[in-house]
Amino acid sequence: MKLTMWRRTTLWFLLFTITFLSTACGSVTSQESRTSATRPIENKGSDTIVNLALAWAEAYQEIRPEVSLSVTGGGSGTGIAALINGTVDIANASRQIKSEEQAEAEANGVTPTEFIIARDAIAIIVNHENPVDNLTLQLISDIYSGKINNWSEVGGEDRPIVRLSRETNSGTHVYFLENVLRLGDKESETLFSVETLLLPSSEGITSEVRENPNAIGYDGLGYVTDEVKVVAVGLSLDGPFVYPSPETVNLNLYPIARDLYMYTVGEPTGEIKAYLDWILSTQAQEIVSELGFVPVNP
Amino acid sequence: MKAGKFKDILITSLIKVCGYSAIIFVGMIFVFLIKEGSPALIRVPLENFLQLRWYPIEDRFGLLPLIGGSLIVTLGAAIFSIPLGIVSAVYIAEVAPRWAREILKPLVEVLGGLPSVMLGFIGILVIVPALRQALNLPTGLTAFTGALILGGMAIPTIVSVAEDALDAVPKTYREAALAMGATRWQTIWKVTLPAAKSGVLTAVMLGVGRAIGETMTVMMVTGNAAVFPTGFGAIFKPVRTMTATIAAEMGEVASGSTHYHVLFLIGIILFLISLTVNLIAASVVFRQRKRTERILS
Repeated sequence: MKLTMWRRTTLWFLLFTITFLSTACGSVTSQESRTSATRPIENKGSDTIVNLALAWAEAYQEIRPEVSLSVTGGGSGTGIAALINGTVDIANASRQIKSEEQAEAEANGVTPTEFIIARDAIAIIVNHENPVDNLTLQLISDIYSGKINNWSEVGGEDRPIVRLSRETNSGTHVYFLENVLRLGDKESETLFSVETLLLPSSEGITSEVRENPNAIGYDGLGYVTDEVKVVAVGLSLDGPFVYPSPETVNLNLYPIARDLYMYTVGEPTGEIKAYLDWILSTQAQEIVSELGFVPVNP
Repeated sequence: MKAGKFKDILITSLIKVCGYSAIIFVGMIFVFLIKEGSPALIRVPLENFLQLRWYPIEDRFGLLPLIGGSLIVTLGAAIFSIPLGIVSAVYIAEVAPRWAREILKPLVEVLGGLPSVMLGFIGILVIVPALRQALNLPTGLTAFTGALILGGMAIPTIVSVAEDALDAVPKTYREAALAMGATRWQTIWKVTLPAAKSGVLTAVMLGVGRAIGETMTVMMVTGNAAVFPTGFGAIFKPVRTMTATIAAEMGEVASGSTHYHVLFLIGIILFLISLTVNLIAASVVFRQRKRTERILS
């Protein structure tokens, strides 16, 4: 009795596996036949953008199945270098092209054209019990570098500050280090306090901030939920203090925000132009909001 | 007749291949680790490894906080899982009535099979906030939380293996002890446990081995702040273990970069630590066996 039961489950399991495998194989082959039809548009660069670029590519495949797209990460620098060498059609970058890169490109006979395709804001989050509503960039920097260790120093209760950060391999971590902790100063060697907790996921940060009134964390605007309290950020102690939102980011009022770029070789033409036009359309910009970035105004 | 002999040879050689393959695999893993890890020793000066800061994106590779973090979590887990595990095993094997034993043993084994991600999840949602409030800590993501959950994971392994070892002690030993007028406690402490010592030690080794190699749970609950643990209070502070570092950073590191080789170097250190634990345990078992053989002969 027991044995037959077991056998039956095994059979079911096998059946499931086979169906799953066959469907998986099916989709792979259909995709391959599609790619072989035309030369794919090569799209490479920033890891921050890679998920967004992939989501766009997938959505675009449904509208224009005859156009194939190939998306890879590797970092903004890698993408721009590949654009200069002529191996990609579109480079993704979470920063603007550097003057050296621009010069190198022109020496190679390439004029990169810039498109702002989305914006990204980083929200500073604390527990709902925490009375602190406003922080300046300088105070956030001092908190994360370990100069300020108690919430009472920034107008809160007498509690120790527990700093939360994403792991060092996250693009958000690096952006936060350069633009908040070091306040954009390239000479600065300020580091995160040794006691900063490095959590492997956004969910880890949200759950600790939700539970712990001592905690402060940062995360992409799209990952912020009602379970945590967002702090308004200002440039000076007199204010104004601004909450992150698509509006404040687009009006350049919220200080911890950046543009995300795509670069093409010269003025884009043909299919590449059609793709970039679609990216700036309302339909594609809806995907931007779904992934937690801020859409650009058309 | 001939067919039977052929089958015999086939099966013996098959078993032989399986046995040797274990040795070959360990050897190959070690060679791979050395090949990928040793360039780190050439590229990075020794002072860099000895600093107290682990921040790989700025080429700061201080290994001491990571080694300290792993040791404190593992020691913490061992301190409370070993006595609890052995005592539970003794209860199940020697004291519990038959019906209790038949329920407890399978339950413990099911507990040992729980996936570690799930335990980490329970840790984050239940244990972390509870510990922070109960002990009034700045955060519940500490070495202690990790040790608690890892110890909990090691206990089923220890109980299960140690119980088997106690069960294998011949009934005559106990009967002899009881006939000599020993109490039940004296029989357990002075006769059964020492007789099963090598098995119990294997149980402890497997349990501690599981604790030191565990990754997912520690990454979720220990906070991963690379602070070098100093003093007793460090157990209630966040730590970063070697396993969590490898798991968190290996996915994004550029293959062939200095950081990549340093992560493999950490792998070598982990390998050496577990090798040392195994060697020490094996030598203790070996010495013990010689002594019992002398007494029994």
